[in-house]
Amino acid sequence: MSTHDHHHSSDAMDVFGFWIYIMSDCVLFAAIFAAYAVLHNKTYGGLGIGQLASLPYVFVETMALLASSFTYGMAILAMYKNNKTKVLFWLGVTFLFGLSFVSMEVKEFIHMYFEGHGWQTSAAMSAFYTLVGTHGFHVSMGLLWMLTLIVQLSMYGITPAMRRRLTYLGLFWAFLDIVWIFVFTIVYLMGVI
Amino acid sequence: MNPTLQQILFGNLTLNAIPYHNAIVMGTGVVVGFITLLILGAITYFKQWTYLWKEWLTSIDHKKIGIMYIILAFIMLLRGFSDAVMMRLQQMMAYGPHQGYLPPEHYQQIFSAHGVIMIFFMAMPFMFGLINIALPLQIGARDVAFPYLNSLSLWLTVVGAGLVMISLFVGDFSGAGWLAYPPFSEISYSPTVGVDYYIWALQISGVGSLISGVNFLVTILKMRCPGMTLMKMPIFAWTALCTMILVILAFPVLTVTLAMLLFDRFFGMHFFTSHFGGNPMMYINMIWIWGHPEVYILILPAFGVFSEVVATFCKKRLFGYATMVGATLVITILSFVVWLHHFFTMGAGADVNAFFGIMTMIIAIPTGVKIFNWLFTMHEGRITFANPMLWTIGFIMTFTIGGMTGVLMSVPAADFEVHNSLFLVAHFHNVIIGGVVFGYLAGLIYWFPKMFGFKLNEKLGNCAFLCWIIGFYVAFMPLYALGLMGATRRLNHYTDVAWHPYFVVAGIGVGIIALGIAFQVLQLIVSFKDREKNRDITGDAWENGRTLEWSTASPPPFYNFAFLPEVDSRDAYWEMKQRGLKPETRPYEDIHMPHNTGAGFIIAMCGGVFCFGMIWHIFWMVGLGLLGIFATAIGRTFNHHTDYYVPAAEVERIEREIANRRRV
Amino acid sequence: MSTHADVPVTENYGTSPKTLSAYIIGLFLSLLLTVIAFLLVGKHMLSNSSLYIAVSILAVIQFCVQSLCFLRLNAGPEGRWNLYPFMFAVFVVFVVIGGSLWIMYNLNYNMMAH
Repeated sequence: MSTHDHHHSSDAMDVFGFWIYIMSDCVLFAAIFAAYAVLHNKTYGGLGIGQLASLPYVFVETMALLASSFTYGMAILAMYKNNKTKVLFWLGVTFLFGLSFVSMEVKEFIHMYFEGHGWQTSAAMSAFYTLVGTHGFHVSMGLLWMLTLIVQLSMYGITPAMRRRLTYLGLFWAFLDIVWIFVFTIVYLMGVI
Repeated sequence: MNPTLQQILFGNLTLNAIPYHNAIVMGTGVVVGFITLLILGAITYFKQWTYLWKEWLTSIDHKKIGIMYIILAFIMLLRGFSDAVMMRLQQMMAYGPHQGYLPPEHYQQIFSAHGVIMIFFMAMPFMFGLINIALPLQIGARDVAFPYLNSLSLWLTVVGAGLVMISLFVGDFSGAGWLAYPPFSEISYSPTVGVDYYIWALQISGVGSLISGVNFLVTILKMRCPGMTLMKMPIFAWTALCTMILVILAFPVLTVTLAMLLFDRFFGMHFFTSHFGGNPMMYINMIWIWGHPEVYILILPAFGVFSEVVATFCKKRLFGYATMVGATLVITILSFVVWLHHFFTMGAGADVNAFFGIMTMIIAIPTGVKIFNWLFTMHEGRITFANPMLWTIGFIMTFTIGGMTGVLMSVPAADFEVHNSLFLVAHFHNVIIGGVVFGYLAGLIYWFPKMFGFKLNEKLGNCAFLCWIIGFYVAFMPLYALGLMGATRRLNHYTDVAWHPYFVVAGIGVGIIALGIAFQVLQLIVSFKDREKNRDITGDAWENGRTLEWSTASPPPFYNFAFLPEVDSRDAYWEMKQRGLKPETRPYEDIHMPHNTGAGFIIAMCGGVFCFGMIWHIFWMVGLGLLGIFATAIGRTFNHHTDYYVPAAEVERIEREIANRRRV
Repeated sequence: MSTHADVPVTENYGTSPKTLSAYIIGLFLSLLLTVIAFLLVGKHMLSNSSLYIAVSILAVIQFCVQSLCFLRLNAGPEGRWNLYPFMFAVFVVFVVIGGSLWIMYNLNYNMMAH
């Protein structure tokens, strides 16, 4: 059995390992969702998210994130074609969409907080900020990661290591969009019903 | 100093954080400080800092990482055991009019620290240590899937343990029990840093555990040597696999739950407060969703050790391999649907309690299957009563009793009588000591020769075993009786003087266990002295090794196997021996290995700085720690020289040396 | 010693090949499902309980769409390695959320003031 086989099959193993980490992240979000489900109506007399949220605003956020998932896919296709410039372009566009998403969330949080609906006003608010905030934090980490990859791609081009890293980030990014489906459905849509 | 400047520089940390008035702690501090200086001084005197850094702190070799995990576990065992001795002493002294020497505020930190240390910083590191040592060798691999992350996991765990140790001398520790139930653990009832130390120690080591979970799962699924299908790998590998599945799926819940408690304390949120809509019962629900899989995480590898030990020392194939695998898988799945049995008395309705009670009874069945398989393996085997086998037999007796008391409590109505009594305390110590501790000690003795090249002294090991098993029964059987008589757990004082004799007996039991630990320390010293006499020349240290780790030298070369084994059956090494072992004639090849790296150590230390800053609200320290973590982690991704090839000539040289040693 | 050339440029690591059409279909369907969900709720086009059910179903469908089109999960011999852990994780997700809801509802009914 050649010892060389470990070298390139280790890429598949590495990606599999990252996928397993994503599975643990699924359970992480499940726990936060569970807390939200149990506490979302414990508003201690205060307002619930249904009365505070703006559906059109959340819709725009959702579109930004969805678009970013698509543009990341374009980056991957460009990676297959070994076109470094195109990869950098699509990563940049993805970054901008992602940044818009996070900015809008931060703006929403700041607005709510200074209107007197901070996380310390009730269990429901605590759960809201934590669930949406944890997702936003993950997206922010993804953005930082994306910047790092943009820098490394510019420096090193599309090496096997870069392919692997772009794959990891792709899994991460798609996973975050999937989690967001449940966030906007359970927190915002169901909050408003 | 200007108070604002003081706040910025030191956060909430003042000189008052040192517990000057507590003689026991200060005394301990003097001793610990002295020993630390002694060790640091010795390393400096013998000029070993470079060696330490190059060979151990930056090592990504699973064998060395495993050894370091076990060293951590042993040190923390001594600390956790000291807590136990203090508690037994107190309960022996404090009855009726006597108050003992530990006031409640001190006592609660001791029982909290005892539980936290034993579970998180003794049992978990011991487990990861054993899996690190044995697993890659057993599946014919050269290392784990992610060696750098393996190192990171180790050091994150060490830092977590460090935080708990520091809390003894700087500030205080949590008094809220090993699971820190709210509302007591909330800021209004636990305003000191104790609970924060608890939270951060567990969060940082929890990350380490999760990473290890991913690491070993991928290793087992993707790095088995050619021919080793899942149904041909050793049972220990199967139990490790299932344990890792549990780690990956359960630890995130712990992370979230502790984070929410932290948010309550740090940000004024209201997840588990008793007002503003918070619900403390939700904490208990969530923490046990993690907590129950956790106890299976602890026991499954021990079961795996027993399977290996029984087969080796009965010189017989393990009975019922397929049912063992099936039972392990069933336990893995079921362990996610029993958690409510930890809080039957919290007030859920009869339907909820009944469901979880029944599921708890059902999960006892696959464990029973395993016990029978071990017994059937022993039946008509030619048993050698080597030390690991003694621990195994001790386990079968002791764990079965503990399991039965567990099934007793799985009936909600019965549980209402004994929940949170000393009966419960006796039960879980019964299964943890009888199952986890005995199992891991058996594994340690079993695989020690493989790691160090010589066997441990058999006589002293047997003395240790006798003390442990007798000591266990003497220490904990009285607690079953006390629990049935109505003794509540976690009290530093009991009014019923009729219970006093029971506590005295329990105290004697702990003394016997202490003797057992003393024998183990002595065993290490004597065995090291006698190491040449007990050298393992062939690698097949117990002469009846059945699995692949025994095919390597003791200790194995750093790359484990010059050629990856090719297997076609279970008990692969046994088969190889049956067919006749032939010397290697193939030409050696270059071997691809990872470089050592300090990144894991540095990231963990920065993590420790971050945590300490968060605990004491020293925010420049928090920023510094975060910066260090990110800079090191991201910086490493710019490193293109993370691995290398060992030249074939070097491999040949090492293999010849091993062959020569075997001939001598 | 370099084996870079051995790695196919379109290595999929156990997922189906990523194609432009898959991404476009995924984008289009996700868009559609999202718009429908927001419209239904925003304009309150159904009764409350029907709305809950509708948005839940729409979410699950979009979840499947994104898993298939963006993540490219599949049940092939290589894909199974990704799919089975995913299914187990989803099982745990259901147990955690569903179990917590059942238990907490029960506890709240029996133990909290009402």
